[in-house]
Amino acid sequence: MTTTDLFEVAKIHRQVRDPDVAHLAIGLNKVVSRNGVEGLAVETEEVADGVNIDVTVAEGAVIAKPVHMCFGLLQEAGIQKITMRLTVEPRARLAVMAHCVFPNAEDVRHLMDAVIRVGEGAAYSYFERHIHSPQGGITVVPKADIHLARGARFKTDFELLEGRVGHIDIDYETTCDADSRLEMNAAVSGRGDDRINIREIGHLNGERARGVLTSRVAVRDDASADIYNELTASAAGAVGHVDCKEIVQGRAVAHAVPVVQVNHPKAHITHEAALGSVDSRQLETLMARGLSEDEATEVIIDGLLRST
Amino acid sequence: MNLLEIDNLGLALNGTPILDGLDMDLWEGHVHAVVGPNGAGKSTLAGTVMGLEDYRRYTGEIRFDGTSLAGLGVDERARLGMTLGWQEPARFEGLRVPEFVRLAARDKDEDAVRSCLSRSGLDPDRYWDRAADKTLSGGERKKLELASILAMQPRLVMLDEPDSGIDVESLSRIHDAIGALKAGGATVVLITHSAEVLDWAEHAFLMCCGRIVDKGNVDKISHYFKDRCIPCDHKNRPDLGQEGAP
Repeated sequence: MTTTDLFEVAKIHRQVRDPDVAHLAIGLNKVVSRNGVEGLAVETEEVADGVNIDVTVAEGAVIAKPVHMCFGLLQEAGIQKITMRLTVEPRARLAVMAHCVFPNAEDVRHLMDAVIRVGEGAAYSYFERHIHSPQGGITVVPKADIHLARGARFKTDFELLEGRVGHIDIDYETTCDADSRLEMNAAVSGRGDDRINIREIGHLNGERARGVLTSRVAVRDDASADIYNELTASAAGAVGHVDCKEIVQGRAVAHAVPVVQVNHPKAHITHEAALGSVDSRQLETLMARGLSEDEATEVIIDGLLRST
Repeated sequence: MNLLEIDNLGLALNGTPILDGLDMDLWEGHVHAVVGPNGAGKSTLAGTVMGLEDYRRYTGEIRFDGTSLAGLGVDERARLGMTLGWQEPARFEGLRVPEFVRLAARDKDEDAVRSCLSRSGLDPDRYWDRAADKTLSGGERKKLELASILAMQPRLVMLDEPDSGIDVESLSRIHDAIGALKAGGATVVLITHSAEVLDWAEHAFLMCCGRIVDKGNVDKISHYFKDRCIPCDHKNRPDLGQEGAP
């Protein structure tokens, strides 16, 4: 497969031809394509098992179009380690669409270690979409240490709905200063012997900081899911919500631990968690319109995973 | 001609008989009402005919267009041409309003979906991008369910409390939609304890304690229902109410 193939699989071949769209594509441990725009500085260093990346959005810069990042490994086996430091300076704006493409994986490890700093009044959104092989021979370990300065906004969406999960171990932890906004969403669908571990933590340390952690997971066959969502509120006016829903089919197993902690009398956190089979009322409603049980189940699970 | 025939239907839940020797024939192409007090077994009857999981262990016989429904699941019954509108419709996360309607639709064209929404009282422009989830009120979900039934074009529709959660202004739209179903050839069953909804029907059954205790023209059943069932002086004990029964 070529770099073009990588873009085709990720469905971003049109975007990366647009000179006004910044992009960075990494195959294994090589930068295979890149384009920059004003206000965005990207430095890369190729190392033996991956690439170190340093991204900075200059103070006050607004990157008008989403930046596309593509991390791929087209071989059947290998390790790709991405170490990223991303800084959005005060009052800057950045949106990133990341595509992680491993269509032939049989024995692949994709490791992402990110340090993210969102400056005062800045905004950063990160959408990460994974495309895996049907074999599930992959381990994905994304870790992120995130800090939001006063008035900063950060939203992340993680989506792994295409191909087999293999083993995924998400570990995101965010600290939030005053008036900041945090939203972390994850949607993962597992089957076969897939293993899903999601650990999302938010610390609402500043006054009026707000945070929402949302997980949507479906597990079938012999897959397993272990979800840990923790949200703490430690200042006046800090408000948060944890929302975890998991659908379990076949012999799959789901385990969820929502932890909420309030350390200030004027802070408030709520949580809701629902684990179990497909809702029988939803199922029978769709079947009463002529869908088979399998079709109705797919519609319900697909809807759940899209609802983050 | 009868589209649905029910003979000696019985069903017990947790040892309590809910349907008890119920007989009922539905003429094809008519709007029927099944009225009775709370707990008479009206919703259970609809669920049993539809083949819902909790109501599968019934005794007796249910035939749709001459075919026994014994052993058929909900989806198989739906594909024969029957459907059910719930008293409290389900919510669907991540599913947009038009997607929900299109799932059931014979004609999946956008104009057809818009028409179904409009006829059930939902403005397509306002609801096109809305989710069919908890952000819709109970009345809106009721209208959405009716839109999906219009799109399905079934031969038999059972609507459980079709006016539940519907505001006064929208009631006429629901009435019109039921008229549209009948005009399309459907047989409609209105499960209700509302005297107003009863008046929408052409023929009515009075249900009490899991049995059909009377049937006939709407005026007769309505008169008895209004005078004797609201309030009921023998709450689901038809044996105590025989004197003066119609």
